[in-house]
Amino acid sequence: MIPVTRPISRIGARLIQLITFIGALGLLFRDTFAVTPRMVFVKRGRRLAWSNLWFQLYRVGVKSIGVVGLVTFCIGAILALQIGPILDDYGVASQLPGVIGIAMFRELGPLIGAIVLTGFAGASIAAELGTMAVGEELKALRSHAISPVRFLVVPRVLATIIMTACLATLSNAMGVLGGMFTANITQGMDYGVYLNATFESAKALDFVTGIIKAAVFGMMIGGLACFYGMSVRGGAEGVGNATTKTVVISIVSLIMVDLTFTFVFYTLDL
Amino acid sequence: MPDETTAPSALPADADAEPIIRCINVTKQFGSQKVLHDLTLNVKRGERLVMLGGSGAGKSTLLNLMAAETRATSGQVIVNGRNICSMSDAELDKHRTTMGVLFQSGALFQSMTLAENVALPIREHTDLVDRTIDTIVKMKLELVGLREHADKKPAEISGGMKKRAGLARALALDPQIIFYDEPSAGLDPVSVTEVDQLMIGLNETLGVTTVVITHEMTSAFRIAHRLVLLDQGKFVAAGSPDEMKNSDDPLVHQFVHGLTAGPLTDRRDDCDYLTDLLNPQR
Repeated sequence: MIPVTRPISRIGARLIQLITFIGALGLLFRDTFAVTPRMVFVKRGRRLAWSNLWFQLYRVGVKSIGVVGLVTFCIGAILALQIGPILDDYGVASQLPGVIGIAMFRELGPLIGAIVLTGFAGASIAAELGTMAVGEELKALRSHAISPVRFLVVPRVLATIIMTACLATLSNAMGVLGGMFTANITQGMDYGVYLNATFESAKALDFVTGIIKAAVFGMMIGGLACFYGMSVRGGAEGVGNATTKTVVISIVSLIMVDLTFTFVFYTLDL
Repeated sequence: MPDETTAPSALPADADAEPIIRCINVTKQFGSQKVLHDLTLNVKRGERLVMLGGSGAGKSTLLNLMAAETRATSGQVIVNGRNICSMSDAELDKHRTTMGVLFQSGALFQSMTLAENVALPIREHTDLVDRTIDTIVKMKLELVGLREHADKKPAEISGGMKKRAGLARALALDPQIIFYDEPSAGLDPVSVTEVDQLMIGLNETLGVTTVVITHEMTSAFRIAHRLVLLDQGKFVAAGSPDEMKNSDDPLVHQFVHGLTAGPLTDRRDDCDYLTDLLNPQR
């Protein structure tokens, strides 16, 4: 190859790679949503799917409660420690609960919850499906005419959507609690006053927009983890690569999608 | 079960009828690499066919084509009178329920017990109530001698037991054909014999057509009604175990007797080592 054209060909190859990735991921989401109604409306589909979904809800969500709760409690406390003195300097210390409440409800609750879940559940789903791919379990499903998308992807994506939304609610509460305890210790703010101020500032719309974001984040985490997991080739190394890619690409995508959402909500004045 | 020393039994009486599998001028290509070249093969109903060949000869690709795992680039694969290459995905799914595949590793679902593994295809493809499914599962596990281990998970059993459990799952929907992908890989000699006897027993008692890939020559001769040898994506020989054992063809002779000198190794040595070393582009 002529050296001058090499960079162009590299850029082209990367572009093709990116388009292929987006296309393949899109097809996975299309298949996922196309077969989901079978889980609800078809008797045979229901029989396999529901027990699987309950297990995934437990594995994705219930097991993450402790970690997500602890992390977001600390985030709330850190915010109170960092912002409290500044607001105090301006004589508006009473605004602290509102600032923390809105930040948690709109932004940090869903995002931090989703990031923790990426490391906790996304990596685990990718490693699990990757190991299944290496162990020929996906081939075995296809040979029995059982769709891996319906049997494996749908329960995991639904579980991450539902549990990311639930964990965002928990994150919001824990963040507010973290801020409340810290404000009480550092500024002597009464618990009742803090909570009242929080709910006067943070409205239902703040909460709803946060939950919408969380559900989309959940879909991304579940979809990317399943996509990378099922694409594994080449044994243990492939499983490791899939897990790393899931975590890295999920976190980057979450932040980019969060930025897009925030921009859209800001533009629409929501 | 047949004695392990007995010669393969004769084909069943209806074996002269229409072949259950017909591969007609099948070619399979991955990118620019042609893996199968214009192959034609018939498998009779109730036959035990063993496919032999070195690594990369195209055995697994051919098995995948017959098992509807992948589609041929050109040619026809006719199973039970229907060309599976022209079937829609839904038709293929329906067709797959008439076949079973035993994968090299057993491919059991690790999160499920053996009973749940066997029950899975039945739950997916039938409306039977749980009590009936449990009965069928016990029968299938009894067929492979694992009924007492029904509640164990795959991690708790040996390699040979995993293969047998995989076979029980492959039998779940009473298939007409079972494909075995290296069933003796990684097993000790006793387990190999057990699995071989099981394959022969199922073929003789249930009349299941059996297509096997193996590298174990003892096993191949014990199981096969007929053997075919693939090399570089083409059939180079076919015949009964005795015909293959006594073949004068140098390639067949080398493969069957596992000799280090012969056309297979000569071809490998043809690659010019010095040219390869000195060529910076390679």
